[in-house]
Amino acid sequence: MTQKHKKRLFRILAGALLLLAAFLGDAMLGEHLAMWQTLLLYLPAYLTVGLGVLKRAAQNILHGQVFDENFLMALATLGALLIGFLPTGEAEFAEAVFVMIFYQTGELFESIAVGKSRRSIATLMDIRPDTARVIRENAPVEVSPDAVAVGECIAIYPGERVPLDGTVEEGISELHTAALTGEALPRSVTVGDAVFSGATNGGGTLKVRVTKPYADSTVARILSLVEGAAAKKARSEQFITRFARYYTPFVVISALLLALLPPLFSGAFAAMLPLWLSRALTFLVISCPCALVISVPLSFFGGIGGAARRGILIKGAVHLEQLALADTVVLDKTGTLTKGGFSVTKAVPCGVDAQTLLTLAATAEQQSSHPIAGALSAAVTTELPPLLDTKELPGRGVIAKTAQTTLAVGNLHLMEEVGAVPLAPPEDGTAAHVAQNGCYCGYILIADTLKETAAEALDDLRAAGITRTVMLTGDRENTARHVAAALGIDSWRAELLPADKVLEVERLLSEPRRGTLAFVGDGINDAPVLARADVGIAMGALGSDAAIEAADVVLMDDDPQKIATAVRVARKTLRIVRENIVLTLTVKAAALLCSAVGLLGAWQMPVAIFADVGVSVLAILNAMRTLKK
Amino acid sequence: MKKVFDLIDLDCAHCAARMEDGIRALDGVVDVSVNFFTQKLTLEAEDADFDKILKKAVKICRKIEPDCTVVIK
Repeated sequence: MTQKHKKRLFRILAGALLLLAAFLGDAMLGEHLAMWQTLLLYLPAYLTVGLGVLKRAAQNILHGQVFDENFLMALATLGALLIGFLPTGEAEFAEAVFVMIFYQTGELFESIAVGKSRRSIATLMDIRPDTARVIRENAPVEVSPDAVAVGECIAIYPGERVPLDGTVEEGISELHTAALTGEALPRSVTVGDAVFSGATNGGGTLKVRVTKPYADSTVARILSLVEGAAAKKARSEQFITRFARYYTPFVVISALLLALLPPLFSGAFAAMLPLWLSRALTFLVISCPCALVISVPLSFFGGIGGAARRGILIKGAVHLEQLALADTVVLDKTGTLTKGGFSVTKAVPCGVDAQTLLTLAATAEQQSSHPIAGALSAAVTTELPPLLDTKELPGRGVIAKTAQTTLAVGNLHLMEEVGAVPLAPPEDGTAAHVAQNGCYCGYILIADTLKETAAEALDDLRAAGITRTVMLTGDRENTARHVAAALGIDSWRAELLPADKVLEVERLLSEPRRGTLAFVGDGINDAPVLARADVGIAMGALGSDAAIEAADVVLMDDDPQKIATAVRVARKTLRIVRENIVLTLTVKAAALLCSAVGLLGAWQMPVAIFADVGVSVLAILNAMRTLKK
Repeated sequence: MKKVFDLIDLDCAHCAARMEDGIRALDGVVDVSVNFFTQKLTLEAEDADFDKILKKAVKICRKIEPDCTVVIK
């Protein structure tokens, strides 16, 4: 509770005591007092709790903003105070004060709840580093991160947050990136590795050379994305804003009609006016739209904050809404479902053992820059013999000489050239055939492998309610068919150029659908597709600027299971928003109807206040659920 | 020039939106955002008139939410 909250609480309690005193005074002396004397009895209590509201209402009217809740409350309570002076009106002094106390209590509670939820969202995003320890003249100096220049060195002690992006100069440690990527496993870093601001240093002291100014660092970009996200309003949010603009004047006019029309038509205007006036005042209190105006943006922000906590950046409420409505997910293959690099999947030796086959191939390819060479050298751990000579034959392979032997590694054409008799591999993928001194030794299959979690990711998507999955790839048809079959993808298109992918997504967009279409890519050459889809999701974006720019949703690591997580968070958020809209409108509509026909009797003011402030508090509490997992 | 200011006791999201609209309408304002959740005012305006615009912006904030103060460093 802040100082301001305490002050407000004190005023409410004081007002309640004064009301009690006035009520007792009224009960004892009431019969001897004139109406204005009774009013004086209650006035101290009323002003203690209500002066702030009256002042605010007056100020707003002077500023030309007539229709707000202060105005409604002032009108309702002043009306109740004065209604007793009408010839047939019954005094409602106690009611007026009571309504004001109830309203202020609700407001206080609402303010505390909003403040609490705002703070818990803010702590979710508490990855901002406060200081950086820059090394100047061989001694560490603590400065603000934005005062460190590119090229300077900073020291990061165990347990501290990495303040700026850079590369490790000295030291070995483990970095916890959970706050950035949602990934629980720490990454180990050593000299030469890149570190990202916002991560927490686990084990050892690191000396890091800064590569980016603070304003361009990972943490500054994430924060500005998430903070900016609230500004891109969702359709349901815009609806609420527009709604509130027309709603309040509409309600005030309706209340006026409710006060005047029934008495006019009843024939006894003066006799009926007080009754309908008090109903109209209740109507005004109920109709306040604050529950919607507060809870809807709060829900969206909570959803965005909760997703950020799990390493999913959603760039605006509008994108969260689109994602929640998705029923089709289009996935790029390479880098999204597969690891995007080549690795050895199988060695089929012929006359030698498998290990020898791999060593021979790696020996021949050790100077090559072909992607296959990387896969081969990664598959071998032993020391390789030096090469005397090596010749790359484009489109065929490599011929290399060591001190003992001549090696040929390549495709079937190369085998024929060197006089070897190769096997025809039945498997899919790229095969590297190996021959030693013209004798065939076998082949090695090299393929882009599926990510470990790819199959589960697709299952998760279906469980989250995605009814259609489509895979697009520039790869060959055979490979695409295998990947699609292994993952249970509904349909796929292969051998697409980047421009074809755009056309394909446009074709899918033009088909009649119920939901929206999300495209998931690694952000490297699919920026146009990311932009074209209803929601563009880029993966593995930690450190990749292009992806962060192009996408609507950014997954901070490259785990495809995060796609379904993002969809679930978005759906839950939108569900909560809708719950709040329905709850608020239902309670208000019911209370409005009851008060208009006078069903509530003496209870009408308390019920009215509940329909206003009570519903706001319920909606705020419900909005808070967006933060939970 | 773009500067960020803390807002103290900004109590209602609705008022934040109104402050934003009000400040945006001022001459010389390039961009402005009033973020209720982070309690921050981000103002981007022409360098020459920045202080004058800031003064007007603070006035708008006080008009809409009298209890809210803009911290000027």
